[in-house]
Amino acid sequence: MSNIALPKIDQSIIERKKIIFSKLKKLTAPENFLSHEAEIKPYETDALAAYKQTPLGVILPESTEEVSNILKFCYQENIKVVPRGAGTGLSGGALPLQDAILISLTKFNKILEIDFANKCVVAQPGVTNLSITHAVQHKGFYYAPDPSSQLACSIGGNVAENSGGVHSLKYGTTTNNIFGVEIVLMDGTICRLGGKALDQEGYDMLGLICGSEGLLGVITEVTVKILKKPQTVKAALIGFPTHEDGGNCVSEIIANGIVPAGMEIMDKALIEATDNFSKAGYPRDVELLLIVELDGTVSEVDELINKVSEISKKNNSSTIKISKNEKERLSFWIGRKAAFPACGAMAPDYYCMDGSIPRGKLAEALKEINKLSKKYNLSVANCFHAGDGNLHPLIMFDGSKKDELRKTEEFGSEILKMCVKFGGVLTGEHGVGIEKRELMCEMFNDNDIQQQLSIKKSLDNKNLLNPGKVYPILRKCAEEGRVHVHRGEEKFPDIPRF
Amino acid sequence: MFTEEKKNSQISQDSDNVYKPVDEIETSNFIKEIYKRNLPTEIVGTNTKNFIGNKLQCAKVLDLSRLSGIVEYLPEELYIKVKACTPISLIEESLEKNNQQLAFEPIDFGYLKDSKSNKGTAAGQLSCNFSGSRRFKVGSIRDHILGFRGVNGKGNIIKSGGTVVKNVTGYDLSKLVTGSFGTLTALTEITFKVLPKKDFISTLVIYLEDNKIISDLFDQLLSSSNEISGTVYMPIEPNNKNYTKNIEKIFKFNNLKSEEPFIAIRIEGSKKSIDERIQDISQELQTNKMKTSILDFYQSKLFWEKINNLELFSGTKNNLLRAVIPPATSLDLMKYLKNNFKYYIDWCGSLFWIEVLEEENIQIKEMKETIINLGGYLTIIKKSESLSSDIDLFTINDTRLLLSQKIKESFDPKKLLNPGKMYRGL
Repeated sequence: MSNIALPKIDQSIIERKKIIFSKLKKLTAPENFLSHEAEIKPYETDALAAYKQTPLGVILPESTEEVSNILKFCYQENIKVVPRGAGTGLSGGALPLQDAILISLTKFNKILEIDFANKCVVAQPGVTNLSITHAVQHKGFYYAPDPSSQLACSIGGNVAENSGGVHSLKYGTTTNNIFGVEIVLMDGTICRLGGKALDQEGYDMLGLICGSEGLLGVITEVTVKILKKPQTVKAALIGFPTHEDGGNCVSEIIANGIVPAGMEIMDKALIEATDNFSKAGYPRDVELLLIVELDGTVSEVDELINKVSEISKKNNSSTIKISKNEKERLSFWIGRKAAFPACGAMAPDYYCMDGSIPRGKLAEALKEINKLSKKYNLSVANCFHAGDGNLHPLIMFDGSKKDELRKTEEFGSEILKMCVKFGGVLTGEHGVGIEKRELMCEMFNDNDIQQQLSIKKSLDNKNLLNPGKVYPILRKCAEEGRVHVHRGEEKFPDIPRF
Repeated sequence: MFTEEKKNSQISQDSDNVYKPVDEIETSNFIKEIYKRNLPTEIVGTNTKNFIGNKLQCAKVLDLSRLSGIVEYLPEELYIKVKACTPISLIEESLEKNNQQLAFEPIDFGYLKDSKSNKGTAAGQLSCNFSGSRRFKVGSIRDHILGFRGVNGKGNIIKSGGTVVKNVTGYDLSKLVTGSFGTLTALTEITFKVLPKKDFISTLVIYLEDNKIISDLFDQLLSSSNEISGTVYMPIEPNNKNYTKNIEKIFKFNNLKSEEPFIAIRIEGSKKSIDERIQDISQELQTNKMKTSILDFYQSKLFWEKINNLELFSGTKNNLLRAVIPPATSLDLMKYLKNNFKYYIDWCGSLFWIEVLEEENIQIKEMKETIINLGGYLTIIKKSESLSSDIDLFTINDTRLLLSQKIKESFDPKKLLNPGKMYRGL
């Protein structure tokens, strides 16, 4: 396990744990409280498996009132609390603390209302992202944000992380697709923010909660917006002889007024890795592969895909394939969706990075990453959500070799610093968590961080809710680790990550 | 007089109480000074929307109008970074050159205030968060703010967000300041997401007045995959001499029979796609038995401009109210309003602009109650001279007020920035 500074352990809590446990058991059904080693082991990490901690205890409440009573009790007793959804987060946001109660929302797993008239679904936070679409697809509706872990990740977790996905350039991230939430503050106050109307007046607390990584409240209900499925979806698979040509093409597509539903880039290393792994049939003689997906009305999509094709040719594309049917469109995605497991097959370990940069810097960023790859003597394969400049370099290494993990972490840190230098940000969709915590001062100065901490303090004055996450503990820019996957032993290895 | 107003008016006014900084540093130094001296301060831009919200009487006025100009515009990156008080007209002019736009359609409150166009400034639009007709398709202003810089109530320069659309680094303060009416920060710089403009616009008009059919059409249109970007319903104006009848005068187009109530549906895109979609929508709505007409590109452009600038209420002395409700409750609100008020519906059933006569304070209170019960909220945008002082201009419940107080305190602990502009005690 990598080392990271965590909040100072409150020994008095550990000494009082028997009394605390007996009181907590009275706040929910006794079987909903877990404290035996074997029972709590599955909760010791989230999908950032490089970091592990045993929680003091795990509680699985079943109602908002129970959550409120638990938090009220913990607030009065000064007990730290770590909220957890499905545990698929990649930045360690749900990493337990030894003196904290982990509150798991997995029993909040019901869809409460499907309201087609108001085009929304009211769900408990433990409901998975994909099951919302499953609940409404019979009437041609769907929920737009599609994080790669959508099969397993929970909607409450999506709100906490402001999850994105492949289609966020056109459809936005979670924050743009929710109408309301119910949250419980650390002192037990239950608040409803938003509802079923499009907007709410006053301070946009819904916008604040979304992406707050479980630091401000525990989400107990979410109202999401549902959309009608587009009439048609088509994709183009385009190969380029150089990174510059591919990068220019992406910029020119946008400059021409086209906003694709998705636009994905893979570099040569990843093309080979994914093609070997999934037999996607990708062209091997290109340096960069671009997938452009367009959706909408039939004539609009036809017209735009032809424009994309023309722009690609102008930018020296060497191959262009346009999907003729749904089967072919899905075949374009097979390799891309297998990017993570493909890298897992190439090296004993890999780290997945997550940063955002301006689209126009794609080629430059690839050049820089390749330079760093040589400097650290570590292979890297790159995939980008090119439409929104979100990059996911996958650094391959062997954790059993002395110092290789440290080198990988340094490499990763340099990539994130490069993102900030290029005018981008530290994290596009995985969140800060504990993973990028110490890099926050690359982007924010003291005033910025103090303002954010003031907000935290105003809603959680004792700093008991998910402490040690997002904001630097040591107030220095230490270099920390990324998503560590050892011999394919990633948490939820069966979920495609892209 | 509200408590804040009383408190503020007791503070002696300097002879030169208006401060106009030229940059962020000056803004920060000024706020540090008012923080030290405990001086409540009103923040203003170009005053196009200062009639909205509670009237302030502050010791100082911070006029940010000199913070103007485009800092950076990268069309291919789909963003424009501007100084806070850059006029929206200048931003739109620059975007137009690259066939781009602020897709949330900044509302032109100029007609309401002075009977002439004036969309005000970037910071003014952000602070109010009132989005135009495209809102139900593309989101509101808050969904188009990528980042900002500003000065909090202690005088500290703060920033949040950036220039990229995918960003989850730290709390999303851009959302929080949008719609905060200048009560959290003095904005100094804003980055907007911009989007391409569509080549053509067309408007399908359907003439009908049965409330149930109208609300059913709203539902069908919201469920359509034809990418509709605007839907308004314009009922007949009430037969009351205290309301100016001007629909026929304002919406005078060759292909629009504005003497009848109508729904107007906007479709944007390529010519071919628009034609196909109008056919498709007509089939979806089964308009073959309804009276319809189509507004071409030029008529459509003008029609939606007139919707966007609230010209219908231009020069009114009455109260103007803005109600946002869940779309499926539009029938209930229509039934409540009957033909007693002058109003029209935007956002495909979710937004009502309602004019209420000067003396009708009781009706406003009752209407507010009804709208809250429907799951919505009511904002009094323009106050008549006889609006009762016990009517809150904004809507809030106790829990949200408690949270808002905490948030306000975290930005502006001494409650010096626009105190009481939205809610009493905030």
